[in-house]
Amino acid sequence: MSRIETRFAALKSEDRAGLVVYFTCGDPDGATFEKLLAALPAAGADFIEIGMPFSDPMADGPAIQAAGLRALKAGMTLAKTLAIVRRFRETNDATPVVLMGYYNPIYRYGVPRFLEEAKRSGVDGLIIVDLPPEEDGELCLPSLAAGVDFIRLTTPTSDDRRLPTVVARASGFVYYVSIAGITGTKSAAGTAIASAVERIRHHTSLPIAVGFGIRTPEQAAEVARIADAAVVGSALVQKLASELDDKDRAKPGLFDSVLGDVRALAAGVRTARKVSA
Amino acid sequence: MTSPNTFRGGPDEQGHFGIFGGRYVAETLMPLILEVEKAYEAAKKDPAFAADIAYYAEHYVGRPSPLYYADRMTKHFGGAKIYFKREELNHTGSHKINNSMGQILLARRMGKGRIIAETGAGQHGVAVATVCALFDLPCTVYMGAADIERQKPNVFRMRLLGAEVKPVHSGTATLKDAMNEALRDWVANVEDTFYIIGTAAGPHPYPAMVRDFQSVIGNDVRWQMEKAEGRLPDTLCACIGGGSNAIGLFHPFLDDSSVKMIGVEAAGKGIDSGLHAASLTGGEPGVLHGNRTYLLQTEDGQIKDAHSISAGLDYPGIGPEHSWLHDTGRVDYVAITDAEALEAFQLCSKLEGIIPALEPSHALAHVAKIAPDLPKDHLLVVNLCGRGDKDIFAVAEHLGVTL
Repeated sequence: MSRIETRFAALKSEDRAGLVVYFTCGDPDGATFEKLLAALPAAGADFIEIGMPFSDPMADGPAIQAAGLRALKAGMTLAKTLAIVRRFRETNDATPVVLMGYYNPIYRYGVPRFLEEAKRSGVDGLIIVDLPPEEDGELCLPSLAAGVDFIRLTTPTSDDRRLPTVVARASGFVYYVSIAGITGTKSAAGTAIASAVERIRHHTSLPIAVGFGIRTPEQAAEVARIADAAVVGSALVQKLASELDDKDRAKPGLFDSVLGDVRALAAGVRTARKVSA
Repeated sequence: MTSPNTFRGGPDEQGHFGIFGGRYVAETLMPLILEVEKAYEAAKKDPAFAADIAYYAEHYVGRPSPLYYADRMTKHFGGAKIYFKREELNHTGSHKINNSMGQILLARRMGKGRIIAETGAGQHGVAVATVCALFDLPCTVYMGAADIERQKPNVFRMRLLGAEVKPVHSGTATLKDAMNEALRDWVANVEDTFYIIGTAAGPHPYPAMVRDFQSVIGNDVRWQMEKAEGRLPDTLCACIGGGSNAIGLFHPFLDDSSVKMIGVEAAGKGIDSGLHAASLTGGEPGVLHGNRTYLLQTEDGQIKDAHSISAGLDYPGIGPEHSWLHDTGRVDYVAITDAEALEAFQLCSKLEGIIPALEPSHALAHVAKIAPDLPKDHLLVVNLCGRGDKDIFAVAEHLGVTL
């Protein structure tokens, strides 16, 4: 079983949903990010999504745009991102790591070389925002052949006609983008998420993670009652940004502050189905 | 690369011109992109749609624009017979209205109630704001904060026309960032919004659709040259940012093998300086804004800033069909510096009494290089795709004149 399958199986046996946390690789700099990454599993992150910074992140709101610019300014590259995952795997072989980003840096790196190195580095899955099923020949099919999950995004615009196309080659889990919009802007109502998740379950037996607009432990808990995992990105990235000085260097309190939020989100997710059902 | 049977058959059903083009967009947009494609295919077959376009082209845009024999410029260079395709005489002062009119008529057919657009120099933004006023649709134009600063007259024009101009501060605050922001708006308002992309780029079907709406330029030149000279032109020359005026001029002639075509990119301060906007001359294939095409980018696949005196050419990519025409060798692509364009801008103004925009000044500068060595019966058409009123402040500044 892959790390992603193993983790979802374990969550199922605990009867709880998982917490997926997102940070941009190299934000605010490589060393700070790496230290934060190493501490995330113990703080309660069940899955880690690592953003591959890109100069033109069309699907991201201001918080993640700024994170990407900080990371690029501090010298982050795709090769360094893979090296960071490789070092993370030296001490953690259980927490699934999913790389999220845009296609151009991978295309430029070379798809076969990227997949070979990603697999060897311990990357479990890819979420590539600008590769819809219509472009599966680019990376989806090679990824599946290389044993790296290609995680599909479904959205409020994915109706019953579109969903079969979207989930046809999905693997790992399905990521439901709960709003029509960019990261870190608005939040969907719980009832809307519930009906969407139910609809997606008619089309796939894969676990479903829900993201975009989840900011608080309460919202994470609400999603955890409906879906198999809740994804939190912009809110954590913003917390990190609030702990930087005017030269974008980490203030002393950054780790406690960011990991404190991760713990609170994890607590929300872990108790969700116990508090009320 | 072997030559295809026709250069006019693209794109394929997936929107590819060779390896270029495609549909690299967020899943949220895919259903709408497919809907636009379907609506456009239906519109193309509908005589009523063609009749609508023809009506507004004649009565509102003022088409056909003249094919003008530039006698003094011809004599000045002493070689090829130079013709200007006068797209700058269109309503709003550039070729951009050909496309905006086509797309807004499509948006109306699709029942979309809100229009968004990106703009660099502001010519496309003005054209979109204009057709939105005409058809009473709310209009939001995204424009880089840096471009707003250097194109104030066009910003005011758009506001007069009732459009909301939203400054974009992200990234480098120029055209590519305006396009990112327009895409972000579209993702968030996908139900009711139609995105009028200004150049022959973006996800399929935009490159083909924009090309089709701009092909009126080349189709005009064909019959106008037949009337003037009784034959086809020998050389076509047009400037290229995203490349919509060039593809509009070139496309109808792609299968006429006697017609040579030259696309002129912006070399800014020189290709070697790294400060330029010449995606074909100085870029590599990549994926941005919904399509695969030549892009200015780093080794790590990060998009680089483009540099040009002309805000309309200041884009790090190019339409995918141009990338394909470049790789197949059907069209030649060259680059002209800021300094060369400025010189041509002044020369054209003095010789012909026509103040060209800085964008076609790049094409004129290339004409200056090749015309003297061509025979006197060589018919050379340059697309004068915009007028220069918007540029006088920028040009004055470069010439050290205070207005």
